[in-house]
This record gives sequence, C-alpha cells and structure tokens, in this order.
Amino acid sequence: MTATAKVSAPPGVGARTPAGRIAATAFMIVMTVLWILPIVFAIYVALRPMASTAKYGYVSLPHGGLTFHNFSSAWSQGDMVHYFLNTVYIVVPAVIVTLVLASAVAFVLSRLRTWWSVALLILFTAGNLLPPQAIITPLYWIYTQLVVPGWMSSSGTLYNTYLGLIIINVTFQLGFCVFVLRNFMASIPEEMYEAARVDGASVFTQWWRLTLPMCRPALAALGTLLTTWIYNDFFWATVLMSSGSKRPITSALNDLQGQFVSNQNQIAAAALLAAIPTLVVYLVLQRQFIAGLSLGSTKA
Amino acid sequence: MTHSDVRAAPAAKSPGPPRRRRRRLRAFSRRDKVLMAVMLGIPLLADVCFIWLPAVATVGLSFTTWDNLGGFSSIKNNGLGNYKFAAQVDPQFWPAIWHNVLWLLVFVCIATPLGMLFAVLIDRNIRGSRIYQSVLFLPVMLSLALIGIIWELIYSQNFGLLNTILGRTGNTNAIDWLGNPHLNLWAVLVEASWRQAGYVMVLYLAGLKAVDPTLREAAALDGAGAWTTFWRVIFPVMRPINVVILVITVIESLRAYDLVYITSKGAVLPGLELLSMLVTEWIMGQTQRIGYGSALATVLLLVSLVPICIFLWTNFRKERTR
Repeated sequence: MTATAKVSAPPGVGARTPAGRIAATAFMIVMTVLWILPIVFAIYVALRPMASTAKYGYVSLPHGGLTFHNFSSAWSQGDMVHYFLNTVYIVVPAVIVTLVLASAVAFVLSRLRTWWSVALLILFTAGNLLPPQAIITPLYWIYTQLVVPGWMSSSGTLYNTYLGLIIINVTFQLGFCVFVLRNFMASIPEEMYEAARVDGASVFTQWWRLTLPMCRPALAALGTLLTTWIYNDFFWATVLMSSGSKRPITSALNDLQGQFVSNQNQIAAAALLAAIPTLVVYLVLQRQFIAGLSLGSTKA
Repeated sequence: MTHSDVRAAPAAKSPGPPRRRRRRLRAFSRRDKVLMAVMLGIPLLADVCFIWLPAVATVGLSFTTWDNLGGFSSIKNNGLGNYKFAAQVDPQFWPAIWHNVLWLLVFVCIATPLGMLFAVLIDRNIRGSRIYQSVLFLPVMLSLALIGIIWELIYSQNFGLLNTILGRTGNTNAIDWLGNPHLNLWAVLVEASWRQAGYVMVLYLAGLKAVDPTLREAAALDGAGAWTTFWRVIFPVMRPINVVILVITVIESLRAYDLVYITSKGAVLPGLELLSMLVTEWIMGQTQRIGYGSALATVLLLVSLVPICIFLWTNFRKERTR
C-alpha cells in the first residue's frame, strides 16, 4: 500500500489525489482573484470621471468613458513632482549610507569574535525590532531641540528636514542590515583575511576590496528591500515633518487626501501614481526583494 | 529556486558554523584598530542617540508630567500617576489595548495561517503557482498609506463595492464601514490581513524551499498523507522560521499605525483607538502631554520586549556558548 501511494504521486510534486489537486487549484484561483480585485477596482475607479461615478456609483459600466484625466489633474494639482523629488532626496542617500554603515559594522563584528561584539550585534538587531512609536516621544523632542546649520532647516533644528528623515531611516534600518550582513560575512573564511594581511592589505582594503564584492548579492537584495521600505515609510515622515512641502510622496498622500477630499477618483489616481516606483521594483527586482526578506529569516 | 543563489552562502553554513579561534585584537595594527573603532563607532553612536537613548528616556519620562515641550524645569515627578490615569480615567486606554489585542488575534488566527496555507499550496507546484505567488505578494510592495486609500473605494458608503454587492447604497440604509465604531476596526483588519498574508507567504515559502526534500520522500515511503507530513515532519523542521514569523506577527500588530492614520485622517476615531495612535496624539495633538504619552509608549515598549527577547534568544543562543 505504501508502495502504490509512492508511485501514484511522486513526493513533493502536487497534491496526492486529483480531488485534492483540484480543490487546491480552485482555492488558489479564488484567492488570487480576491487579492487582485482591490487593485483592479482602484485602477478602474481612477480611470473614470467623477461625474460618472457620482451618478452611477463605482460599480457600474464605464458611462462617460475611461480617461487619464484624474491622473493628470492629480499630478499637476497635487504638485506630485515636488513630492517625488522629496522622496529621492531622502531615499537615495538613506539607502547608500545605511548599506555603507551596516557593512562596516558587520565587517568589524564578524572579524572580532568577542563577547562584546555579540552584545553589540544584539543591540543593533533589537533596535530595529522596537515599534517606532515606543521611542517617538523623546525622539520628537530631540528633533525639535537639536540645532543644525541654518541652510538645512529654516527653524534651525532637525525637525522638518531631509537630513532628519535620512538619519532616522538610516539608524532604524541599520539593525536589520547589520544582522543580515554579519550572518553573510560570518561564512567568509578567516584564512582569506590572513592571506590578505600577508599581502599587506589594511583593514580598509580588506573591507572595501575583499568583503564588499563578496557580499554583492546580499547588498543588492538589501538595497532593494531598503529602497522599498524607506519609500513606503509613513510614520517617521508624518511625525518628524510638519505637514507641508518637505514631505516625501508616501506621507504626502495623507495631505493630498485632504486636498482632494471631495474627489475620491482623483485620490485613487494619486495613490496609484505614488505606487509606480514600487511596482517597478515589483516587476523588475521581485527576486531581489524576496531574497532580501528570506536573508533575514532563514539563516542560523 | 529563484533566490537560491543569494541565500546559498548563509544557508550553507547552517549545519554548524566552523568553530573559529577567537581573533585577538593584537593581530591588528594600530591604524587598523583606529579605523575599526571608527567603522563601529559612528553607527553605534547613531544607534544609541536616536534609538536607545529615546527608549530609555521614554521609560523615565513616563513617571513625570511634562506639558507642551517646555524646558527641563517644567518636568515634574508624577510617580505612577500616568499609569493610574491610563488605567482608571482615560476612556481611550482600554479600548486601545483591546484593539491591539484584537489586531494580534486576527493576525495570529487568520492572516498568518492563511499566508502559510498559500505558501504550502504554492510549494506543491500546482498549475499557475507562479501567478498566484506574484499576485498574493503584490500588496506587500505597496505602502500601507496607499492600501488604506484604495480600500476606501471598496468601503465607500454610497458608491463602494461592498455596499453595492450588499444592496445597501441608499442614503438611509448604507453601511458606514469605516465610520461605525463597531465595524471600522474589522474593516481595517481586512486590509491589514490582505497585506500580512502575502508577507507571511513569502517568508514561509523561502523556508519551505530550504527543507531537505529527502524528508518528504521518507515520509511518503512511510505512507504519511500530505496533512500528516506537513504537521509531523515539515512544520517541526521549520521551527526557526516559525519563530521569525511569530515575532514578525506580534511586532507588526504592535506597530499598526499607518492604515488607521490614513483611514481616520490622523484623528483618533472611536472604534479605531490603538496604542500607537494615542502615543502620537499626545505629542502632536492640541495638548501635548509628554509624560502621559511616554507612559503609553512604555506599555508598548514593554510588550514589544517579549517577542524581541524570543527572537534574540533563538538567534543568539548558539553564539553565547561559543
């Protein structure tokens, strides 16, 4: 009996019985349709003129046709170019600085295997796991009190500056990247560094020329992940920036929602426009993104 | 299979990291030591100043009153006053606790098992599994702010998809999904689960792909069915990833904020009180009560230490014995 069971269904390939297979497929098809529905529905509503949906509701045939008008008006009225640029000013430096600093920390911690290097690793990792709201009260105070040069901020403090958002995003994401990169670097054999040292390579050369190139796949995966996460950040930007012209696009959606309050179609269009960069990542770099996630979860 | 190249290196060492002799600092030159101190020092300083100092200060401030962000002189000792006020007076405190607990329960009982089920079914290579995976994963890429906005179209009182299907679009009997305090949390939880299930699926799928296939063959040889194989063989082997998912589930439900903020336009709406919302309300709202906000944040902090410690314990136990 065991033998027939094995022959009829090779292990690991598909459900064992045709009925099971059909049930599984049917379930997944239903779920997939349900999952895509909110997005398709949002695109459909965004493509319809408000006059049409106000008369017939969102669930109706496209009376009045489909048009990109909501997208173009959201783009110009919402001054979305401006918010996208704010995002660029924050995300690009934040991702680069996070990767450089995290790889530096991970390199040092993987080379020095002492009790305190493990303690520091725990400190960094735990910092990334805290809920941001648990530390926001004193952080808000620090941001409103810490003086920075006048050209960075009209109020003279870190609050409501690009620099402030870059700092908190870098610091908060550092923990995860240190954790992943340190695990990655731990697999590099010590003998390699011995050889490098014999050749007279300084620690900097070892880190920059030897370790970092070996970590390229992990850095690419983390870079993708960080870009998406910092791009999608809402909390830091809503609390550490006053509403207004410096907010990046994701948190500006909240302001746009207030601005377009009577026109839900246009709000949907604005939200979908804001999703384009992440959708590009989704289409082009999905493997990197998933690889980054699994790097953080399937080690040790 | 798609990402094995990246994962290969750390996964390969998992059976047992080669025991390495402890590196002595003596092996490094003076210049190298200075450089390493800088490489470690700058990030450490940032981490301490912007994360750990605020975390400690939160606990400290929770025993004080400090209104409207005045100078340090306006900080006054309040003992356990803030906690007493929260537990006995503040009408929003217990609803917030209950909503955070509900959030966690829905994630643990519905979103996470659903994500695991998706992963298990996709892992069996049924036809079209790539498409299912891509679609189910899509919400994970989107920001929660955006998710909140597009779901407003579904929940819209007069034009929304849900009320249209239910035939409740009239002005008199329309259901106010996002406004009714008995319904809005559930409505938001559907949105949150929509994203969380995909997140869990991706993590779990990575774990399943790393499971040794011979285990399954052995189970099949012994005549175990799919159900038994999963619960008796695969699930126990995936213990590390189960812990990661549990930790993420708990932490994500404590962090819940963006969706509720966008749905309630930044205010604390009845039915949508959450600890995280209350904390920010007390520092950014019209009356700033830093001491009281810190007490609520301390509750959040203490609860979050439970999953954090579980995670750290499972991960660093081996390091400690080295």
